[in-house]
Amino acid sequence: MRTTAVVIGGGQAGLAMSWWLTRSCVDHVVLERGAVAQSWRAQRWNSLRLLTPNWMSRLPGHGYDGDDPEGYRRAGEVVAALDAYARSFAAPVRPHTTVLGVVRTGSGFQVNTDDGAWRCRTVVVATGTEGEPRVPAIATDLPGHLHQISALRYREPGQVTPGRVLVVGASASGVQIADELRRAGRQVTVAVGDHVRVPRTYRGRDIYRWMDELGILDERYDEVEDLARARRLPSLQLAGTPGRRSLDLAALSAAGVELTGRLVGVDRGRAQFSGSLANLIKSADLKQARLLERVDAHIDEHDLHDLVGPPDRPSSTPVPAVVTDLKLASFSAVVWATGNRPTYPWLDPALLDRRGAVRHDGGVVEVPGMYVLGLPFTRRRGSNLLAGVGSDARLLCAHILGQLRRPKEAA
Amino acid sequence: MSTVETPAVDNGVNVEALLGAREALAAAPEAAQFRWRARCEWINGTHSRTTVQDFFGLGAEHTHRSAFTFEGDHPEIFASEDHGATPPETLLAALAGCLTAGIAAVATNRGVQLRSVTATVEADHDLRGILGADPDVRNGFSGVRVRYAIDADASRSDIEAIVAQSQKRSAVYDMLTNPVAVTVEVD
Repeated sequence: MRTTAVVIGGGQAGLAMSWWLTRSCVDHVVLERGAVAQSWRAQRWNSLRLLTPNWMSRLPGHGYDGDDPEGYRRAGEVVAALDAYARSFAAPVRPHTTVLGVVRTGSGFQVNTDDGAWRCRTVVVATGTEGEPRVPAIATDLPGHLHQISALRYREPGQVTPGRVLVVGASASGVQIADELRRAGRQVTVAVGDHVRVPRTYRGRDIYRWMDELGILDERYDEVEDLARARRLPSLQLAGTPGRRSLDLAALSAAGVELTGRLVGVDRGRAQFSGSLANLIKSADLKQARLLERVDAHIDEHDLHDLVGPPDRPSSTPVPAVVTDLKLASFSAVVWATGNRPTYPWLDPALLDRRGAVRHDGGVVEVPGMYVLGLPFTRRRGSNLLAGVGSDARLLCAHILGQLRRPKEAA
Repeated sequence: MSTVETPAVDNGVNVEALLGAREALAAAPEAAQFRWRARCEWINGTHSRTTVQDFFGLGAEHTHRSAFTFEGDHPEIFASEDHGATPPETLLAALAGCLTAGIAAVATNRGVQLRSVTATVEADHDLRGILGADPDVRNGFSGVRVRYAIDADASRSDIEAIVAQSQKRSAVYDMLTNPVAVTVEVD
């Protein structure tokens, strides 16, 4: 089979690219291992809501048109929206098609799948970041009685073996799962590593509204000081609850969740935790304060005082009593909320860096004609958000058109 | 925010060299493998002398400009002769030295001129642990507190951010707060 462009992945990134390719009259297919929005169907816990408010659920040619712009969608609503989006422009999605390999040919690529091979000029990798959970190596040192589960496979508290739970990680997934387990009556300990604290709202507006207004989500990949670090940054310590409450370490503590430092080792049946928690808490508080100072300055500069609330700065996080080790016999389960990493078993390993990520410059891969889309900070800080992937897709589509116009031998 | 300013601060830190090393060693992980060494000789009683002189790094052997020695002993209230700091106190010196070097480097990188930096380090130590008097008491410190007094051309929150960053990039802080595999053998 032949086409001009093959898009691998039928999530928001693949569909945004498909919208631009369709509009640019570029013949293409979108290969999807499952159904449209597969990871939203199969890799989210039941209660999950988007971190971003509904008004940010926009994709190329499609804004949010519901009646709850400040609400937060459930995963099922994201699936329905992406399904409708794909239908709205008849995206050429090939569902239940698994890519087995991408090989270069004289004039482009051959994409081998479990449903035949596609020859094409250009390939867009839009498979997202949820390839596999990034579970640290010490997981194998844990005693066998512990039920281990990753945030990718977690669905609801009843699935976790009854008893005390250790949640490893305090970014969005870690704090949300810990909160849910605690509300289900579990005794919960959270091992806290590096995290980015932000309040759900500040001065009456959602924190994403401020980040959008300040231009933070539009910061460019070629202008940020430490791009590698910006791409590694953990997700914001946030939850999209209807009550718009902040879900930070202080809130977890108040709910009776025990906090420890980062899980750093397992020795003779005891989990060892880093003694550096105080510094991580201080760093997160300082960074949050810097962000909120920028919001205040923005309000002053644009004279928005009549439109916003008073400066309701969150108080600094109390440093919990230091716990440096705990007996694992008292736990029944460990939830790994330590992030995910993309996997590319079907790509030439020469295109990957030491950590297995595709090397790219703003989405343009080293091989002419190959692109990635939808990864953290692909081109902008908001690149991995529903609201941010569209502008990356537009720019990369323009790059693809330029590439296609060139004579083949130059490509 | 997008470009790194090169302000006219001089804290005696060559930030360009550090940034250059970071870039070079990121591309050549094998050159980044260092091995530090110390040699210790028992003198008498609890008194020992440790010498630090050579180390390996950047793929080759190196020597310090001169050999540095550290006396280790216990104070007279322990019925010792007090020829030097106790080894746990030397650990505090290592922590303060490491964090303070980090503060100078981070401050320079952030364009902050330092005028004075003073650290006071305190550790709580229940001696019943090392004396074997109570099996529930650990041998080591139960807590370490570092207090910095810093005079610099920066706001309080900027100074706090520099101190926080120096902890994030400190080898000794890391080794005190996280476990390290230690093996001891007899030749």
